[in-house]
Amino acid sequence: MKKDPFNVVVTGVGGQGNVLASLLIGAVLVDRGYKVTIGETYGASQRGGSVMSHLRISRDRQYGPLMPPQQADLVIALEPSEAARILGQFGNPETVSVVNSRPVYPVDVISGDITYPDLDELKEKIRSLSRESYFLPATEKALELGNPILSNIVLIGYAAGAGLLPIDVDGLEKAIAEYLSPEKVPINREAFLCGMNMVR
Amino acid sequence: MALISKDDPGRELLLMGNEAVARGALEAGISVAAAYPGNPSSEIIGSLAEVAEDMGIYVEWSVNEKVALEVAAAAAVSGLNALVAMKQNGLNVASDFLMNLNLTGIRGGLVLVVCDDPSGISSTNEQDSRILVKSADLPLLEPSTFHEAKDMVRFAFEVSREINNVCMIRSVTRISHARGNVTLGPLPSARPKPHFDTNIILSALPASLTHPTAHRRFRQAKRLLADSTFNSYQGPDTPELLVITCGSGYLFSQEAVRLLGLESRVGLLKIGTTWPLPEELILSRLRDAGRVLFIEEVDPFLEDNVLELFAEHNTTLPKVSFLGKKSGTVPDLGELSPGLIIGILADLMKVSRPHADEAYSSTATDALRNFAPARSLAFCPGCPHRASYWAVKKALALDGRDGVVFGDIGCYALGVLATGFHQSKTLHAMGSGTGMASGFGMLGRFGATQPAIALCGDSTFYHAAIPALLNALHHQSDLLMIILDNSATAMTGFQPHPGSSVNAMGSQAPAVVIEDLCTSLGLKTVIGDPFDLDESAVTIYELLQESGTKVLILRQMCALVGAKKGPRRYTVTVDQDKCLGDECGCDRFCTRVFRCPGLNWDVSLKKARVDEAICAGCGVCADICPSHAIVRERA
Repeated sequence: MKKDPFNVVVTGVGGQGNVLASLLIGAVLVDRGYKVTIGETYGASQRGGSVMSHLRISRDRQYGPLMPPQQADLVIALEPSEAARILGQFGNPETVSVVNSRPVYPVDVISGDITYPDLDELKEKIRSLSRESYFLPATEKALELGNPILSNIVLIGYAAGAGLLPIDVDGLEKAIAEYLSPEKVPINREAFLCGMNMVR
Repeated sequence: MALISKDDPGRELLLMGNEAVARGALEAGISVAAAYPGNPSSEIIGSLAEVAEDMGIYVEWSVNEKVALEVAAAAAVSGLNALVAMKQNGLNVASDFLMNLNLTGIRGGLVLVVCDDPSGISSTNEQDSRILVKSADLPLLEPSTFHEAKDMVRFAFEVSREINNVCMIRSVTRISHARGNVTLGPLPSARPKPHFDTNIILSALPASLTHPTAHRRFRQAKRLLADSTFNSYQGPDTPELLVITCGSGYLFSQEAVRLLGLESRVGLLKIGTTWPLPEELILSRLRDAGRVLFIEEVDPFLEDNVLELFAEHNTTLPKVSFLGKKSGTVPDLGELSPGLIIGILADLMKVSRPHADEAYSSTATDALRNFAPARSLAFCPGCPHRASYWAVKKALALDGRDGVVFGDIGCYALGVLATGFHQSKTLHAMGSGTGMASGFGMLGRFGATQPAIALCGDSTFYHAAIPALLNALHHQSDLLMIILDNSATAMTGFQPHPGSSVNAMGSQAPAVVIEDLCTSLGLKTVIGDPFDLDESAVTIYELLQESGTKVLILRQMCALVGAKKGPRRYTVTVDQDKCLGDECGCDRFCTRVFRCPGLNWDVSLKKARVDEAICAGCGVCADICPSHAIVRERA
C-alpha cells in the first residue's frame, strides 16, 4: 500500500452487498498481515438508505472505524450518486473512484419529490473530485452472471485488477471459504474475474 | 468450521465486535447464552447459535430480554458461566429482574453485554445504559477495540465469579457493528456440571440484608477493576490537555491527536473499567493536568463520576478546569466522529485543522448539495408491510371516522414515514402500540368516536404485546389488532421466535401459532394475505365496524427471506402501450403514492417502468394501476 493508513470507502444503497464487499476485502488483507478496521452502517439504514463502510488498512496499528473527513484514498461505489455523496465528505484531490454506473433511484425521486441528477453531469462531478475515476456497467455484468447482487464483487475484481487493492483471486477464494462458505466460492470467483478482465 | 469457534490459538481473524464478544464468551467457557435480538447487539447470540452444537453449549433466542436474563441467571446460580446480550432498550425490559438479581447474586459467572446505539442508528432512542448499571451497583467495562472486546468478556467472567454477582459490559454501535483484528486465545475443554445448592435461598427480600451484600461485592469489584490492564495512559508527563475517554472515543481521539501533531502536548487517559472508576490512576493524572477534556458517548457518565471524584479530593488536588458535555465543548447527544474530535482539539489547542484546497472544497459542497439526492428510508421492494399499510389506509378512508393506528417496533415502524403512507401515529416501545390502543379503545364512554388499530409484528407480538392484548380483551376495549406476520424477526436478521418451527440452534421446535392462541382466548381472529390489497382493505373495514377486541393476521413472508428461499412469484413489467403516462388522469399514482423502489418513473418516456435488478416480483403494484398497465406473470 502506498499510504498508511490506506482508507477505502465502499458505498451504495441498502441491499447492494456493501457490507459483504468490505468484509471480503478486509478478510483477505488481515490474512496478509494487515491491521484492518471496518466501520459499517446497519439496521434501519439498510431499508432503502445510503450504506457506507469505511475500511482503515494499516501495517502497524488498529485505526478507528470511521475515517476523518477528506481522508479517502479509494472509493468503491455501487451506485453513482452515492459516490458523489462520499467524495463530497471524504474525497480529496488524490482520491481514486471505481463506480458502478447504474443508478438506484431513491423513493423520493420515484415519487417525484426530488430529481435524480443528470447521469453525464454526475459522472463529470465524480471525475472532478477524483484523481482517477472508472465507471463500470457492474450491474449489467452481474445480471449476465445471474444475480445483480454480484456487482459488488465485480467492482472489487476491477479494483484489484487495476492495482488499487492488493487482492488476488486466491486470497478472495480463501476468504469466501473461511468467512462465508465454500459453496459461495465459484460464483464469486467468476464475478471477481469478470471485474478483473474489464481492466484494459 | 465456523469463524468464532476455530481452535487455532494465536490466529488473527477479522471479527465484528459482536463476534469478538462471542469468541470471548467461548474462551471463558460459557455453557449458556440467551438474548432477544436487537441491533446493535444481535450478532453476539446469533454467532454463538451457529456454533452451539459444535461447542456443546445451549443458546436460545428468548421471548424477550427479561426472560433471556432469567434463563442465563438460572445457569449462573447453578455454577455455570452464562452470557446474555441486549440493546439499550432491552436493558429496560430486563431491569426489573436485574435490580433484584444484583441483590441475591449468583454462584457461577454471569456477564450481561448491553450494546448502546448512539444517534439511534437502528433504535427509537439513544439512551445511555451506564446510568442503570450504576444504580444496580454492578461493575462495568467498556471496550475500545475488537480484540479488547474479546479479552474483556473473559475478564468479566473472572470478576463475576470472584464477586458472585453480574458483571456488565457496555458496547456501542461503532464497536459492536465494526470489524477489526482479533487474535484467538485457547478454548476450554471442560465445563462444570450444574447444581443448584438448595441450602441457600436466593431471595432479594429482605433488602436490609441483601443490599449490604451487594455493596460488599461492589467494593470487591472495585479492587479487581483498578488493577486491570484495560486502563492506560499515553502522552507527556504533564500534558497541556488531558483527554479522558472510553469506548469508541479512544481510537477516534488517538487519531485526532496524531493528525493534529499534538502527541507531545495532549495526553490520552483511556478508561476501560468505567464503573467503579480506577480512582488512584485518575487522581494521579489529575494532579498533573490543568485542563481535562471528556470524550465519550452519549451522556456525561465518565465526566460526572470524575467530577465527583475530584470534589471528594478537592483539598489535595490543584485547580483543574473540566471541559466536556457540561461546558458545551462536546455535543451532549449523538455519535462521536473523528472529524468532530479533530475540530474540538484544534480549537482548544489553537492549531489549524487539515483542510483540502478551496476549489476542491467548493466542488465537494456542490456534489453534496446537487448530486447526492436524499434517500428516505423505505420498505424493501416486495415488502408485505407496504401492501398492509396500503390496505389500512384504504380501509380507514372508507370508514371515515379518522381512525388511529398505534404502531410498534420492527421494520413496520417505518409506517410513520411516507413509505408506510404516514399511517402509524405512535412509535414507542415493544408492545406499546397494543397497550395504548387498549387504553384508547376505552374512551368511547367519554364520547370518542375514532376507531383504534394496534399494529404489531409477529416477534413483537410474543415479546410484549400479549399482555396488552389480554388487557384489552379482559376490559372489552374496542380495538382491532393487526398482526403483520412475516415469519421472522426481520429487522434484526430473521432470528426465530416462539412462532417458528425451529429454534436458535436450528433444531425442530413446537411453534406457538398466533391464531391458535388468539382463538383459544375467544378472540375473533381473521387471517388475510396483505398482497391481496382489496380483500385486506375490505376485511379491515368490516372488522372496524364491530365492537370489542378483534385480531387480524396479515400473513406474508418477509421479502428478504422469500428471496433466499426461492424464485420470484411474478415477473412484473409495465405495458408501455397501456401506460398513458402523464396523459393518464392518475397523476403517476403508482410511483407518486405507492413508492416501491422497484417501480420507477422514466423521465424521458414519461411512463412507469420496472427495474428488473430491484423488483422482487410480489406483483402487488399490478392491482393499483387504474389502466391495468402493470402486468404480472407467474415466474
